[in-house]
Amino acid sequence: MAKAEKIEIYVNLCKGCEICVELCPVDALEMKDFKAAVKDLDKCIACMQCELRCPDFAIEVYKK
Amino acid sequence: MAKQVKFLQGNEAVCEGALYAGCRFYAGYPITPSTEVAEILAARLPKLGGRFIQMEDELAAMAATLGGSIAGKKSLTATSGPGMSLKMENLGYGYLTEIPCVIVNVMRGGPSTGLPTGPGQSDVMQARWGTHGDHPCIALTPSTVQEQLNETVRAFNLAEKYRMPVILLTDEIIGHMREAVEMPEPGDLTVIDRKRPTCDPKDYLPYKPEADGVAPMADFGSGYRYHITGLNHLPDGFPSNDGKLAQADEIRQQKKVDDHYDEIVVVDEMMCDDAEILIFAFGSTARSAKEAVQMARAEGIKVGLFRPLTIWPFPDKHLLKYKGKVKRVIVPEMNLGQTALEVERVLKGSPEVEGIFQIDSEPINPITILNKIKGGK
Amino acid sequence: MSYDYSKYLRKGKIPHIWCPGCGYGIIMKSMIRAIDSIGWEKDDVVMTSGIGCASRLPGYVDFNTLHTTHGRSLAFATGVKVANPKLNVIAMGGDGDMTAIGGNHFIHACRRNINITCFVFNNFIYGMTGGQYSPTTPKGSRATTAPFGNSDNQFDIAQLAIGAGATFVARTTTYHAVPMEKLMKQAFEHKGFSIVEIIAGCPTGYGRKNKLASPAGMIEWQKEHSVAIAQWEKMSEEEKAGKFPIGVLHDVEKPEYVEAYDANVGLS
Ligand code: SF4
Ligand code: SF4
Repeated sequence: MAKAEKIEIYVNLCKGCEICVELCPVDALEMKDFKAAVKDLDKCIACMQCELRCPDFAIEVYKK
Repeated sequence: MAKQVKFLQGNEAVCEGALYAGCRFYAGYPITPSTEVAEILAARLPKLGGRFIQMEDELAAMAATLGGSIAGKKSLTATSGPGMSLKMENLGYGYLTEIPCVIVNVMRGGPSTGLPTGPGQSDVMQARWGTHGDHPCIALTPSTVQEQLNETVRAFNLAEKYRMPVILLTDEIIGHMREAVEMPEPGDLTVIDRKRPTCDPKDYLPYKPEADGVAPMADFGSGYRYHITGLNHLPDGFPSNDGKLAQADEIRQQKKVDDHYDEIVVVDEMMCDDAEILIFAFGSTARSAKEAVQMARAEGIKVGLFRPLTIWPFPDKHLLKYKGKVKRVIVPEMNLGQTALEVERVLKGSPEVEGIFQIDSEPINPITILNKIKGGK
Repeated sequence: MSYDYSKYLRKGKIPHIWCPGCGYGIIMKSMIRAIDSIGWEKDDVVMTSGIGCASRLPGYVDFNTLHTTHGRSLAFATGVKVANPKLNVIAMGGDGDMTAIGGNHFIHACRRNINITCFVFNNFIYGMTGGQYSPTTPKGSRATTAPFGNSDNQFDIAQLAIGAGATFVARTTTYHAVPMEKLMKQAFEHKGFSIVEIIAGCPTGYGRKNKLASPAGMIEWQKEHSVAIAQWEKMSEEEKAGKFPIGVLHDVEKPEYVEAYDANVGLS
């Protein structure tokens, strides 16, 4: 299973829609102060679903 | 060498003028009494490498005309009253976004379907204020078939020079009459092309005016990528909600016309020097007025004809010369007094304006005007 | 990072004006990737739009962009394309923009088969003006102008396009971000009038009023209610109820408008 090296979340761009959090298949993300945040990087399988569906260019996943 | 003379219909002369000016794109919708313009250009444009398209409606015709200009082609559309009403939406877009093109309105009776096959001059105020919002306006009013040709060339020149839509406000009588026209050779008439940018595309600001108040305009696809929007915008073309800047830009646009009054406004003043009575007439009505003036002069009446070829901007400066100088001013027009209002505004009661207003789909007869001249106030 | 969008985004224009969770950002990203994959030069791409949320898209991307009047995206696009057929013209707009106020331009662009790619962002509502019902708002749904539920029948945009003569018609959703990109590329490659209808969520104007789930819930809804066309064709009418087909729904060849015109009038 692919892994992520890091997940970059640009809080200035994030509008807090929760799409990434809710669509993440492994629950690796969470909301913090109305913005997306990484909950558990180890869980991330680098499926890119969050990055692909973020409407705001606010989340980038870097594969290992 | 003697010039080639052709016997042309007014609408045909518009086409000759457009092609002479370099028009290579036409988008239109059929409407009486302007349709010949479309029919002729459908046949002529391809021979010169241009294209014609008949759109699904007048809104689309105006939109496509602007689109053609944005792609770099001098573009024309022609219509009449009801079509002009529909064109207003995108004409306003053309003003705000400063896109050159020429719109021919062959005026007929109205409102609505009105009297479709007869002449009218009721779209004077529509030309000026028909679309919502404040904007500059240039509208030309030819009186002869020769002028249909020459003024169409001038309309393109003004559109290109000042980067804005220009209206050729003609009417059914001139559109459909036939007269001898001296055909201009290349070089006889000035042909102006829009300023295009020469700067590095990175530095291009599509709405940053130069000293003349006009910004160079790049063709889409020419390497200058930019944004055009009908929202009020900044010099870079992108929208802004700043009302103060929007106001400044609208005023700048109005000024680009106001500041060039002398270049834009053309008036034919016939026998006006010693005139005690001034006839203010444009378009086909000016033909009758001219005849009436000649008849009155033959009887020794000091009357002159003031005939604007540019109705917008209104020829204030030219007209002001007669304020307090002439005893009477008569405005014959095929509407219920639209330009008379403007003449009143300029002359401010000295003298009072006398109107001959007629909307019965018949031309105003020279005798009617002569009777008014002779009849006194 | 799987894709760097910065080459195509105008500097300083992001964040965009769309609401949190609006599907239009997802569409914009798929569109950028599709344009990148077809390899068009930015200078040769013209994007037109009308008025509404969808129509704000061209302001964000670094092409020749034309934000026009309400409904007139395709009319302006037609002028641009006929005047300079070398340009790659993409016209876009929302459901109201394209099929209500712009409906006449829409069907006639389909009929002409002019080589323009048209994207219709269908979120079932007028978003910019605050949630009034559009020609695609489902019957019974609530809108600010349908406080008792919408009484109108709906347009099926893809069927409308096919009926009017478009030669490439596809439908997708914002759930299908990657297939969307592929469909868009196919639409670009198609010679003639191509349409991609994209079902998108408007959490603010439509979602709230109709007590739908979150933005993510709207995306899940798209996944659950869309059916790939191959499977759709095998389904019974009962199975189809409440669902819609996605993928390439129509793909035929017909002479392209400008080419046909040029051949006809002797322009080469
Ligand atoms: S999808 Fe994007 S905008 Fe929405 S919460 Fe996640 S990072 Fe923020
Ligand atoms: S890449 Fe996939 S697994 Fe990783 S955080 Fe994003 S959605 Fe979750």
